[in-house]
Amino acid sequence: MDLQIIWFFLWGLLWAIFFMTDGFDMGIGSLYPFLGKSEQDKRLMINAMGPLWDGNQVWLITAGGVTFAAFPRVYAVMFSSLYSALLLILFALILRGVSFEFRNKLDEPRWHKVWDTCIFVGSTAPAVLFGVAFANIFQGIPIDREGIFHGTLLTLLNPYGLLGGVLFLVLFLQHGALWLSIKTEGELHERAKRTAALLWPVVLVTAVVFLVSSKFATRLYDNYIQQPALFAVVVVAVLALAAVRLFLFRGELFRAWFASALTIVSATFFGVIGLFPNLFPSSLNPRYHLTAFNASSSPLTLKIMLGVVLVFVPVVLAYQIWAYNKFRTKVNPEELGY
Amino acid sequence: MDALFLSRLQFAATTMFHFLFVPLTLGLSVLVAYMETKYARTGDETYLRMTKFWGKLFLINFAVGVVTGITLEFQFGTNWSRYSAYVGDIFGSLLAIEATVAFFLESTFIGIWIFGWKKLSKKAHATVMWLVAIGSNVSAVWILIANAWMQSPVGYTIRNGRAELVDFGAVISQPFAIVKFIHTVSSAYVLAAFFVMGISAYHLLKKHHIEFFTRSFRMALTFGLVFSFTVFILGDLNGVVVAHKQPTKLAAMESIWETQPAAPVYMFAWPDEKNAKNTIEIGAIPGALSLLAYHDYDHVVQGLREFPAEDRPPVLLTSMAFKGMVGLGCLFIVLTVVGWFKRKRLLESPGYLKIMMYAIPLPYLATQLGWLLTEVGRQPWIVYGLVRTEEAVSPVAGYQVAVSLLAFLLVYGLLGLAGFSLIAKYARKGPQIEDEDAAPADGSEGEQAQPA
Ligand code: HDD
Ligand code: HEM
Ligand code: HEM
Repeated sequence: MDLQIIWFFLWGLLWAIFFMTDGFDMGIGSLYPFLGKSEQDKRLMINAMGPLWDGNQVWLITAGGVTFAAFPRVYAVMFSSLYSALLLILFALILRGVSFEFRNKLDEPRWHKVWDTCIFVGSTAPAVLFGVAFANIFQGIPIDREGIFHGTLLTLLNPYGLLGGVLFLVLFLQHGALWLSIKTEGELHERAKRTAALLWPVVLVTAVVFLVSSKFATRLYDNYIQQPALFAVVVVAVLALAAVRLFLFRGELFRAWFASALTIVSATFFGVIGLFPNLFPSSLNPRYHLTAFNASSSPLTLKIMLGVVLVFVPVVLAYQIWAYNKFRTKVNPEELGY
Repeated sequence: MDALFLSRLQFAATTMFHFLFVPLTLGLSVLVAYMETKYARTGDETYLRMTKFWGKLFLINFAVGVVTGITLEFQFGTNWSRYSAYVGDIFGSLLAIEATVAFFLESTFIGIWIFGWKKLSKKAHATVMWLVAIGSNVSAVWILIANAWMQSPVGYTIRNGRAELVDFGAVISQPFAIVKFIHTVSSAYVLAAFFVMGISAYHLLKKHHIEFFTRSFRMALTFGLVFSFTVFILGDLNGVVVAHKQPTKLAAMESIWETQPAAPVYMFAWPDEKNAKNTIEIGAIPGALSLLAYHDYDHVVQGLREFPAEDRPPVLLTSMAFKGMVGLGCLFIVLTVVGWFKRKRLLESPGYLKIMMYAIPLPYLATQLGWLLTEVGRQPWIVYGLVRTEEAVSPVAGYQVAVSLLAFLLVYGLLGLAGFSLIAKYARKGPQIEDEDAAPADGSEGEQAQPA
């Protein structure tokens, strides 16, 4: 297969892994003010993602880095045209990241409150903004031949973009609630489970609305209509979402969480496959689309990077799975790290 | 407003801020890993308490380092998109390798280290800290290779309207990268050593936890002594590489305007950039620059007048940064050598301890000056001799950059304040007795089955 095609799907895969892993951190952070009723609950929630969030976040850095390495023109145009949206995400992630470390270093209610707010904003804003950004990419971005953006932050906040934001948010909320229920006991555990159950129909409705509006707002279905076998990915997404409900109902929380992870990955791939071969389509003129073919690095770079990724990503996955396995046990209130 | 000027300001502010935290991460991770290894080997509780105390300071610092790093990774795209598109073939892959090879390692294992005290055996837990230290230091390798390529582009050809990779080996093995890595990492170790010595001195002056802080001080002293010399020697080699690859930077470092053999080093010189001369020149040591830069007393050094004005870097900032860094480097050698002779009777040397306590900020200053020299001295090029900074900037509106710059100044200002006050608070507090009961499970080596 063509190197550029391999890289296109690797690019999609890295984003999907990022959403699948850090997605539950963002979800728990967004649920934080609502489910964290007591000081104890709050600390348990932070510690439920404590050992893992930093490693999860690196998938974002890697997805960004790989965009830079494999498709430098996409990296350049995407990040400069989404300047304000991206910087908002970065500021949010900065606040989220330090909050975990800083919050419990001083025993003052006001200090806690500051970082509590940062955890909430720092988790919710990226969840929504990533959705907005990707929905807009599905739709096409007003860029000209030079890759110059003709719009503002408000251009991105169109109905379909916002719908994408809502979809990402509810997916992550559900994902987070499930992880939280795995990691906790007692009342917080029950609350998390109930929240996941409540969120499920919301996710379902949002997903259906999104799939239908994609028909009208984007050209994502063109590839599917040409190759109906590809609809399999939509089927997987739907089945995975149904499985979340089933497993949750049966109280098999790990399975429910895996199903939710699969929902997120297949939803991302629904978009990625629909986009192919475009990475960053222009809404002004199809000739300005940035594609896997016209925006990629040289074959040598693609080859070297493929070697690096094929060797190191499995290694990373291996030790991250080991870490997940180590920390899949319930948070022990006696052993809080943060 | 001008997106170019603002982007430069923003990039300078954000990288310099990142580099307030990175060196301590690089150095302290190694020291903490060493302390924990000592504990795992000997079972001596003092080493455990050292690991916990210095580890806590490490973690606060690490948190700020990580979050400020992310913005840098993305700023090449947001603010320097033309640069990214032009050199991404080479530069982008170095950053991507850094993330896959290094960041995953440190970020995954730091979580395990923080939360794994009871889940891992002593030895496994210490190994985890080594993995964090290795991850951080390997990240420095790749980012510095990337920076070295901007200083001296190699292994590429211009094709399809951009720089394309032709020789990856040349990119990763060029002398600039190697020398830069050793010099920078050594400077980070010096910084960490002074940090540990300074805080230990504070407590020794108060006669708190004497055994604990004497041990910490001595360990850091050895580290600091060795690496002060490494920094010095590699600094000299850095100068040699610069002389070969970046004649304008070399001339600016020493404010040399006229091309001349046996070029001097001035103890002090004040450049007048408009008239391309020095207004003040004091204490010329003839031939010193030729000797340092080319290891040959008579070698010709090109002066700045040789180059058109639009190809010269800002001379004042470059030269002051260089002189400051070198001065501090000499001071660090003096301080650590003196310390070596006093190491057996630290408590009887309150004067020395006081100096070391106040010396904590100095390596911070030296590393910042080093980068100012490197990056400002590279101007007006973003890739030396190949791409000008003004050609690299993104086509974004000036107001967008103005807003983000203000936001950075505000958020980073508060973050820096919070971070450093927490570090200061916990440093003053000293080791806690309650840490003792959080000792790791005394398991056998390696993996243990985990009760679900
Ligand atoms: C503790 C900090 C510290 C100390 C004491 C020194 N340096 Fe340094 N220096 C750095 C920290 C640093 C740095 C921050 O790590 C830099 C910035 C970029 C780099 O490669 O290292 C640097 C850069 C740097 C450069 C520019 C390299 C370039 O442009 O790429 C030169 C020529 C020197 N150094 C030379 C010296 C000499 C001759 C020193 C004599 C004592 C010295 N440095 C001490
Ligand atoms: C962490 C230590 C670093 C510090 C403190 C630092 C400092 C600076 C400063 C002060 C500038 C502004 C120069 C000017 O515009 O006059 C700058 C520019 C820049 N630096 Fe660095 N730098 C660091 C590391 C790096 C590394 C490792 C890279 C690349 C991998 C890099 C890439 C750049 C780029 C792309 C610019 C913007 C373009 C320019 O102004 O030339 N820097 N840096
Ligand atoms: C302008 C260039 C730079 C970029 C783009 C950059 C990028 C990053 C990123 C993305 C992170 C976060 C990683 C994580 O989540 O674990 C980070 C952290 C880190 N960076 Fe940088 N960095 C730059 C300069 C430097 C330099 C010059 C060094 C070393 C000499 C360095 C060493 C580190 C280290 C050790 C960390 C770990 C966390 C910490 O700082 O405490 N970085 N950097």
